[in-house]
Amino acid sequence: MDKILVTIIAGLLVGFIVWWFFGKHVTKEVAADVTGNEQDVSVIVNGGYTPSTVVLKRGIPAQITFNRKDPSSCLEQVVFEDFGINDFLPQNKDHAIDIDTSKPGEYSYACGMNMFHGKVIVK
Amino acid sequence: MSIRNRFIFSLIVSTPILINMVASPFGFGLPGGMWTQFLLTTAVMAVSGRAFIQSAWASFRHHHANMDTLVAIGTGTAYLYSIYAMFSNQDVFFEDAALVITLILLGQVFEENMKRNASGAVAKLLDLQAKEAEVLRGGEIIKVPMAEVVVGDILRVKPGQKIAVDGVITEGSSTIDESMVTGESMPTEKKVDDTVIGSTMNSTGTFMFKASKVGNDTLLAQIVEMVKKAQTSHAPIQKTVDKISDIFVPAVLIIAILAFFVWYVLLGASVVTAMLFTVSVIIIACPCALGIATPTALMVGTGRSAKMGILIKNGEVLEAVNTIKTVVFDKTGTITVGKPKVTDIIGDEQMVLDVAANLEASSEHPLAAAVLEKAKEQGITPNAAQNFKAIEGKGVQAQINGKKAFIGNDKLLDNYNLTDQLTAKMVQLQSEAKTVVIVGYDDKIVGLIAIQDAPKQSSATAIAALKKRGLRPVMLTGDNERVARAIADQVGIDEVIADVLPGDKADHVKQLQQQAPVAFVGDGINDAPALTTADVGIAMGSGTDIAIESGGIILVKNNLLDVVNALELSQKTFNRIKLNLFWAFIYNSLGIPVAAGIFVGLGLILSPELAGLGMALSSLSVVASSLMLNKTKLTTVTA
Repeated sequence: MDKILVTIIAGLLVGFIVWWFFGKHVTKEVAADVTGNEQDVSVIVNGGYTPSTVVLKRGIPAQITFNRKDPSSCLEQVVFEDFGINDFLPQNKDHAIDIDTSKPGEYSYACGMNMFHGKVIVK
Repeated sequence: MSIRNRFIFSLIVSTPILINMVASPFGFGLPGGMWTQFLLTTAVMAVSGRAFIQSAWASFRHHHANMDTLVAIGTGTAYLYSIYAMFSNQDVFFEDAALVITLILLGQVFEENMKRNASGAVAKLLDLQAKEAEVLRGGEIIKVPMAEVVVGDILRVKPGQKIAVDGVITEGSSTIDESMVTGESMPTEKKVDDTVIGSTMNSTGTFMFKASKVGNDTLLAQIVEMVKKAQTSHAPIQKTVDKISDIFVPAVLIIAILAFFVWYVLLGASVVTAMLFTVSVIIIACPCALGIATPTALMVGTGRSAKMGILIKNGEVLEAVNTIKTVVFDKTGTITVGKPKVTDIIGDEQMVLDVAANLEASSEHPLAAAVLEKAKEQGITPNAAQNFKAIEGKGVQAQINGKKAFIGNDKLLDNYNLTDQLTAKMVQLQSEAKTVVIVGYDDKIVGLIAIQDAPKQSSATAIAALKKRGLRPVMLTGDNERVARAIADQVGIDEVIADVLPGDKADHVKQLQQQAPVAFVGDGINDAPALTTADVGIAMGSGTDIAIESGGIILVKNNLLDVVNALELSQKTFNRIKLNLFWAFIYNSLGIPVAAGIFVGLGLILSPELAGLGMALSSLSVVASSLMLNKTKLTTVTA
């Protein structure tokens, strides 16, 4: 009886893991607030980047303000490969990063170990 | 709470648990028995382990899983099961939870220190900058902070002082130690009109110089910027790794569940045994080792090469270097010094030089500089000729005193005839490795100018070193075959492609590419197309301006030996990346089955504590292996 129960639970857990981690989950895009000739958007770093996709307007100097709530060392660096940015994010403090919006495109960024990903779209 | 403090706390609190574990076979137990263990472990979980759980939960909500997920689930399972076991009077495993957390934190403390070591090299470069400068303002020399120095300012530098920004000497002379920026160990002599590099150290003389680049435009700032970019870049090999790490943690969780299922349901093991295998699987799996294998090696490798004056643009270049079989060199300025000198003038010396100087007065060709230099020596002031017309690939023509004058290479002979005597002279000069320029006036050839550009001292050594590495050196030049051959013989290059028009260099590179991947070494100014076409473009810097756009590797020093160093360092770094990835893969693909109990038949069992130690060591060993790149010996002697 125990064994049947364990089998059922194990099967359900595997199914749940596959659905939860590998299934398609919609992520929201957030556009930056434009004030005058500046745009700013904040990203909360907690087990990932929220929002994970931000949209910036081309040609307007932009800033992304990261705030890391997550205590894990996994997320303490943020790396924008295309811009050569590799910044340390202090925990529970705002850290602003200037983004070059002169060229349109999709720029992905990640944590220091490239496990968590976020995206900046300039258009 | 910092990782360090979390580690110290868990170390202190879990020490009694450890003593209890080691000493219990000898009949010693902690006072209070499992209740004490329960309290101590709860403290470790709550203080040191909480961050793992927090982070795991936060990522879980994002449909993500990371290393913290594994630590949290692994230790959490052991902890919760032990509480259940405590109340139902069975064996408890509190020590597993507490010790695993301690060990993993220990690994993270080390890792943090090492990573700081690996990335610190570049940040230190910027600290080299002077904080103040002595600037001439309103006829007086005053000290101002660095930020107030602007382009065009005249600055004074005394012996032992740091040069504030990039510029050109206007007064005085000195020897300057540029090793911190260019990696060149010998101090360089500098006089009026020579360029100086910001942040380098003035040693002997006092001089004044005019600031040409300040702030983010200085060579040092550009180098730092470039190295930063290189260090955040990814080698293409990393892409596969990223795909694996995306699914890694969930996959490990599934394997762990399967391990429990197999042991408990199929093999009929006890709940405890099945659970210990499950926990071991979760704990030993280490996505971190995979994740940091490439970035740490890149960081150390590019940082070390930057210190030697070798700037590697990104991970892609590093990977491409590994496939290179042929190295193509531009001749002028790359193999040779690039400062040609007039050695012989055939014909009426005064007249030939006069015509030549008038034609070359506004040219930027390196040979023109030699002609003008000679004219200056002879006291000839050139009057620029009129109606310039380029003769494509051959030279230029223009009007002097209303008559047609021309200057150019031997391809001009398609249009004009040379006397037998001059032809013989020309062949002789060319075999002496001298470039011969034909000068004509009034539709007749009036003379020849022989210009020699000697090979750099380092060229022959560098070519020999390349050959020893099994690479095939090729010289590509617009110069005449005989001249090119003569230079090639001097430096030991067997293959020469001569008479190449400037625009065709890239095509020749393409042709060579059909046989094997090619690296092109050029001076970065007129070689841009060839540099981009080649699999790896190596731009020789002129010392102050780095042609960042054109090359994949930029050599700050104008020394050919650095080509060998650059190739070797890139290969070493890339090999280290591969080694790191290999270990990280092997570790996980061996560690997980062992932890799951596949080799129990052979007596091979991993307890969760050992699994935790293994995990801590695996990422540590990767970082340590990357740091070793700083110590690997290079076969080439740095000149």
